[in-house]
Amino acid sequence: MLYIKCPHCGLRSQNEFAYGGDASVKRPELNKEISDQEWDEFVYLRKSPRGKHLELWHHVSGCRQWIKVLRDTSTHEIFNTYKSEEKVG
Amino acid sequence: MVQNYRLDKIGLVNREKKLSFKFNGKKYFGYEGDTLASALIANGVHLVGRSFKYHRPRGFFGAGVDEPYAIVQLYRNGETEPNVRATEQELFEGLEAKSVNCWPSVNFDIGAINNFLNIFLPAGFYYKTFMWPRSFWYRIYEPFIRKAAGFGVASKEHDKERYEHKYEYCDLLIAGSGPSGLASAYAAAKNGARVILAEDKPRFGGSLLTSDVSINNQSGKEWADNIITELKGMTNVTVKNRAQIFGYYDHNMLVMSERVTDHLPKSDEFTPKQRLWYIRAKQVVISSGSIERPIVFGNNDTPGVVLASAAKEYMKVYGVLVGKKPIVFTNNDSAYETAIEFKKNNINPIVLDSRQDSNSEIVKEAKSLGIDIKFSHVVVAAKGYKKVKSCDIAEISEDKQNLNQIKNIECDCICVSGFWTPTIHLASQSGGKTKFKEEIDAFVPDKSKQKEVTLGSANGVFTLEETLKTSFEKGFELSKEITNNNNSQQIPKVSEKKHSKHDKFWCVPLPKGKKYKRFLDFQNDVAVSDIELAIREGYRSIEHVKRYTTLGMATDQGKTSNLNGLQLVSNIENKVVPAVGHTTFRPPYTPISIGAIVGREIGKHSKPTRKSPMHNWHEKNNAVFVDAGVWLRPRYYKRGNEGLFEASKREAENVRKNVGVCDVTTLGKIDVKGPDAAEFLNRVYTNAWLKLPVGKARYGVMLREDGIVMDDGTTTRISENHYHMTTTTAQAANVLSHLEYYLQLVWPELDVNVVSTTEQWAGAAIAGPKSRDLLQKLFPDTDVSNEGLPFMGFVEANLFGVNARIFRISFSGELAYEVNVESDNGNFMWEKIIEIGKDFDLQPYGTEALSTLRIEMGHVAGSELDGRTIPYDTGLDGLVSKKKDFIGKRSLLKKAYNEKDRQRLVGVVPLDKKTSIPEGSHLVKDPKGKLPNPKLGHISASCWSVEHNNPFSLAILKDGKNMIGSKLYAMSPLKNKTIAVEIVSSHYVDPKGERVRS
Ligand SMILES: [Zn+2]
Repeated sequence: MLYIKCPHCGLRSQNEFAYGGDASVKRPELNKEISDQEWDEFVYLRKSPRGKHLELWHHVSGCRQWIKVLRDTSTHEIFNTYKSEEKVG
Repeated sequence: MVQNYRLDKIGLVNREKKLSFKFNGKKYFGYEGDTLASALIANGVHLVGRSFKYHRPRGFFGAGVDEPYAIVQLYRNGETEPNVRATEQELFEGLEAKSVNCWPSVNFDIGAINNFLNIFLPAGFYYKTFMWPRSFWYRIYEPFIRKAAGFGVASKEHDKERYEHKYEYCDLLIAGSGPSGLASAYAAAKNGARVILAEDKPRFGGSLLTSDVSINNQSGKEWADNIITELKGMTNVTVKNRAQIFGYYDHNMLVMSERVTDHLPKSDEFTPKQRLWYIRAKQVVISSGSIERPIVFGNNDTPGVVLASAAKEYMKVYGVLVGKKPIVFTNNDSAYETAIEFKKNNINPIVLDSRQDSNSEIVKEAKSLGIDIKFSHVVVAAKGYKKVKSCDIAEISEDKQNLNQIKNIECDCICVSGFWTPTIHLASQSGGKTKFKEEIDAFVPDKSKQKEVTLGSANGVFTLEETLKTSFEKGFELSKEITNNNNSQQIPKVSEKKHSKHDKFWCVPLPKGKKYKRFLDFQNDVAVSDIELAIREGYRSIEHVKRYTTLGMATDQGKTSNLNGLQLVSNIENKVVPAVGHTTFRPPYTPISIGAIVGREIGKHSKPTRKSPMHNWHEKNNAVFVDAGVWLRPRYYKRGNEGLFEASKREAENVRKNVGVCDVTTLGKIDVKGPDAAEFLNRVYTNAWLKLPVGKARYGVMLREDGIVMDDGTTTRISENHYHMTTTTAQAANVLSHLEYYLQLVWPELDVNVVSTTEQWAGAAIAGPKSRDLLQKLFPDTDVSNEGLPFMGFVEANLFGVNARIFRISFSGELAYEVNVESDNGNFMWEKIIEIGKDFDLQPYGTEALSTLRIEMGHVAGSELDGRTIPYDTGLDGLVSKKKDFIGKRSLLKKAYNEKDRQRLVGVVPLDKKTSIPEGSHLVKDPKGKLPNPKLGHISASCWSVEHNNPFSLAILKDGKNMIGSKLYAMSPLKNKTIAVEIVSSHYVDPKGERVRS
């Protein structure tokens, strides 16, 4: 079970969190013309990298904040965690 | 019966306390502190089971967790448990156990015929033989294999025992209480660290219990006892025996299984049988010790062949002799301790040492005691079927290839030692690398990946002096990093006998013309010849050899067999062991009971049960409850002999005719607050929200980004910047996460906060033509007229001194209101409604009547919003704004979502107006059509329409818009029903929606 440092609460076990997928996905702006392909890529397509991955976790059984976690998907090493508004890299 | 093999003076068992027990129906005696194994051996019982494949007789091989043979079926306190290792099961008064894997009895086993047919059962036999014809597998082969195989029987009864889970945190977790565990625990604890020390055996001390050493002029056991006593007295230390750390998981999370009362005749009511500990440790010390490995020789599975260390443990811990004419067969010095222990107890062992000579201290001692030692000698084969009666021994050449002067000598046990294998399971599970250590012919941990260190013999260190030194130092160093304290302990003075080198010899060659079986894996019956065959057939990877031959795959996970298997593969392949590599170590280290894994999360404890504040009233008034997510809701209120159908029909009819009240507390409620709340709702819902005035409610639909409907509900503007959102009971948690996602990540610029208020409010829906009259009496000071409180209106009011919110919203299609009060006042509100409602023929109604009312009105709910439908499909397309953008809108442009014959919500009535249509039925054109019969749609919800007094269903139907009036068939293969139906409008009652506005 992973040990995730919530930037708001501190170290907490994985069972307090829900996984939220790739944190680098950006929702297209509202009211913006966008091609079918761009939209489909946003809705459906995700990379599944082996190695470093910036991802979202939701501290559902804690502070209810969505946070960003930089994690190695093969070793589970967590390099850093960030608040939702923090810019990463 | 007399315990013929019990020694008088030695051992740690309590001779004051005699215990009786039964094995295979026969009564025996042992002592408190015995294991089932030691007590049986004391009684001269060596035949305890049969092997897996050949059903060969099986005795005891080890004295603990590594035991591959002695697996029994245990009976305790009216329950039965399979796969219990007799070497680990402590004796208690009245214990009963039976042999497994043999029929009709352990002494006469029909399956043993496999032993004589074994030429037909080589490696990969199952794969080769049972594959064809394919159809035979389920009918013939599998049942046969199942009957012949398997160890013991699982109970079919509900397990009455209690199992618990516990979460714990510590600075230092120490796995194993041998010298390295005790030393590191003591050093760390004295330096202020929070320490958990876990020992899987009942007694602490590990090898110190049996080794002939002295520490600070005390015996190893005395020193261990003193350290444990001191540790137990420290508040920063938790010491646990009977506790096996069996898994090392990510981020230093380890799991430990504590056998709390397995050693007692039964557990107290509030004491668990077992407790599973999830431990998060800052640092882990792996002091799991090492396991002796055997030397492979002919018929080495015969009962009476035991590990030399086990023979010593049986004597020194239990005061029990494994035999009275022992052979000690070794390639190293450690087995001499066993020989000396025999001698001290007036038994004369013969030592066969594969080495040409040894002049170490301990060998000299053995010689001086007059022990018969034969160097360059080996056991060729054990003789005897159910117990060793003699053995063939021989002189072995220097190159270990040739046997000379084979002769038979009498013996009743063979104590074998092929040197020591470090127990590196936990270190390997942690993700750390391993390396092969040439001097000890075994793998040891290499680089750590997590915060752990392996000490003592688990790390390949076999001298006590070095073990204690490194462990004291490491315990201090690790604790210092955590506590910043600087209290180091003096390293004690050790006296031990120095050992000389072991012989790199692990398998006795076969004499010419002999085909003795030489076993590697004793539990799965994998012999040298099986591995040789697998390699001849082209298997190369050790992982493949393992799976093909089942080497190391039994419940003991190859604790005694893996390394010899590797040696064999590397010999045949002309490789060195590290080039072959070892198979992956996976948790659990030992089998863990399913009860322990599940813990308390069984039955009603598997999820929380949530009850509304009015629950007690419902209970008192004959409510029959139904699970709605985690909530318990009244399904109907039973009167007399009514069943579900009669009661719900009565309740629904009364709503249409008079007035009913329904507990709607479970609906999800979310407060949406902030200056940008309207803008946020406008982006979340498909319809327009910017112009909703204060004091008004609006129905809204929200989509996922892929255009599928996520949830629906009404949201009310309480004040300028405050909205009260409702969600369905099922989606409440998801909707909150969804809103938080968009507020925190996508549109952080919006000044809005959301918080769940589901538990803050108790809700009662009051529905029916008389609801306004009832409401007026409940709220005499409030204008609830059609003008004062119009449809979708909201007002705050006073309910006999209690603050209430009244929403004029309707799920039933009738004139209806929803009243909310703070949860603490829920029951007060409910009782007032019931009391005053009497004048209006009010009846409470449950979820079944609620469903009936909404279905015949054509209101969609979870069965239509099933995660596969877009607004059009469910007739909600009128609520989709063309002007503004919102979550999921772009997806609605998809081609598939705009096909002309797109599925849509319709009503369905059986032509006979009698037969109810099972939910989930498929709608087809031709009931006799060729399979697969094209499916046009499915029935999503069914009810008995109280308005029309006939069955009515909702369906999602292809081209539903143009199908009204068509005749189709509803088919339910599950219920074996085919029903002729007519497609009608989904609005079966009050299609213009006049009632809700009346
Ligand atoms: Zn948090």
